[in-house]
Amino acid sequence: MSGIESWFEYLSSRWDLVATTLTETLFYVITVIVAASVVSIATGVLTRNRALPRELSLAITSVFLTIPSLALFTIFIPVVGLGFWPSFIALFLYALLPILRNTVTGLQSVDSSVVESARGMGMTRAQILFRVELPLAWPIILAGIRVSALLTVGISAIATLVAGGGLGDFIKSGLARLPLPNSLEAIWTGVILSLLLALAIDTSMRGIGRLTTSAGVRS
Amino acid sequence: MNPHELDPLNEPRALIELVNVSKTYPGSESPAVVDLNLAVREGEILVLVGPSGCGKSTTLRLINRMIEPTGGSIIFEGADVTKSDPNELRRHIGYVIQQVGLFPHRTIAENIGTVPRLLKWDRKRIKARVEEMLELVGMDPKTFGPRYPRELSGGQAQRVGVARALAADPDVLLMDEPFGAIDPITRDRLQNEFLRLQAELKKTIVFVTHDIDEAVKMGDRIAILREQSVIAQLDRPEVILTDPADDFVENFLGSGAILKTLTLSRVRDIDLSAIPPVRPGATRSQALAAVEESPSGVAVLLDAADHPVRWVDRRSLDNAAKPLEQAGRGVMVMLQPEDTLQDALSAMLQTSTGMAVVVDGKGRYLGCVTIEALARLLVQTQNGNA
Repeated sequence: MSGIESWFEYLSSRWDLVATTLTETLFYVITVIVAASVVSIATGVLTRNRALPRELSLAITSVFLTIPSLALFTIFIPVVGLGFWPSFIALFLYALLPILRNTVTGLQSVDSSVVESARGMGMTRAQILFRVELPLAWPIILAGIRVSALLTVGISAIATLVAGGGLGDFIKSGLARLPLPNSLEAIWTGVILSLLLALAIDTSMRGIGRLTTSAGVRS
Repeated sequence: MNPHELDPLNEPRALIELVNVSKTYPGSESPAVVDLNLAVREGEILVLVGPSGCGKSTTLRLINRMIEPTGGSIIFEGADVTKSDPNELRRHIGYVIQQVGLFPHRTIAENIGTVPRLLKWDRKRIKARVEEMLELVGMDPKTFGPRYPRELSGGQAQRVGVARALAADPDVLLMDEPFGAIDPITRDRLQNEFLRLQAELKKTIVFVTHDIDEAVKMGDRIAILREQSVIAQLDRPEVILTDPADDFVENFLGSGAILKTLTLSRVRDIDLSAIPPVRPGATRSQALAAVEESPSGVAVLLDAADHPVRWVDRRSLDNAAKPLEQAGRGVMVMLQPEDTLQDALSAMLQTSTGMAVVVDGKGRYLGCVTIEALARLLVQTQNGNA
């Protein structure tokens, strides 16, 4: 029996598990991206005219990305227990930097003469932020959100080690049973479903980008 | 009586007044603006001109409080606005900058509607106003309204910039080197268009430039500023050009000051010399007689509609092989009475006769301007103001 055929057979008897783990991973991506976007964009906006806090927050979020994922997933267990929360916190911390970095870059890339003319016409600071600066920085911010979303899909496979579920369950069970039958099929399932999910998320975020970016600044 | 219609002998009322205004930037030893007193009269274009770093832009930006003064007060339409809400103030003062600063993510129509939207006009009124503004600056609302700023050339962008500044019908317009980043030919056209607009709109305008030629062309009055925004001279351009207050002003005007007065006078201001016309159907001897009686030894051949077509002189008429209609050389450049004397001078330099043909609005022959008449006028201006 060829590899592909055995994989399909493996899959066909486990659609329930596929649906559950896929939903769990997708849930991680959505909650993490929403939370990280809110925190990172707010931080980027609040520190946009202050160099020290801006550089400091960039430095701190960079440090998060350098912590090995196995460690970051486990150090919160004493505080929040096993399951969803330690995984969520770790993924959240990883997702901050790309969004923050791009928010800072995006806001800095707004032409100063555009802000100057907005002020000169009597727009308030909030109006300038929400009607001019953020819409112009948005394509760059969204690119950061996309990177974070893909990062989350990949790293969320670790969640299985702290009983957090997700597509990592397939990989873990396969690894544990190597070289028994169906162990490689399980690993392949985890990898391929992660790739497909990443592809779907990337495509839909491109679509969101096209819908939410003005034709005047679309490249 | 309408207070706006003052006796022309009196000074028009000042719409903006800067009273003892100073500005020192934080962390800077010397102030950028020291104790400035300046009154901008209703309906005039006041040009602030000076070398770079003299504080002219700072002065302009003090008026709409883009920069907050550290001393003195700013009176706008009789009220001290130094302490009022700056955003509310700015919505009633048009502001045009060199880089234009159109919103790239908004259409041209949305850009122009920015201030009316801030002032909460209803949608229908904004739409009508935007179309009116685009037509005012010579752009087709249907073509340009839905486009985005990146689709515009530099000249078009600044036209939109002016339209946007005028959209909420402010009494005052502040312009910071508005045509500074535009190529010379387009700049000249925009300046002319703007002057034509201003003749109609009669806004009160403060205009900053570093280019004395632009100042002379645009200004009803010119304030020449030296360091720290100290006014070296404030007067009508013809007075400044012919009677500079001190060495600083004279230096700033440069050597061509007297030539610049040419842009202040029009062809209609000088006496046309009566170069005799030769009408169609005239014989060769009649043409020769005209050349003989002409003070410059040339005559102008006209067509049936009185349009000048050719220059003829004695030598070209002596060549009997050519029919009269082909004698001499074609008239290439024609002036109208509204053209400036600078245009006249450059037209004359293109002909070998040292004179240029003047025609009326329908292209009919009026006479010629000669280089001698131009020189006479220059000497007169110089003596008259000395």
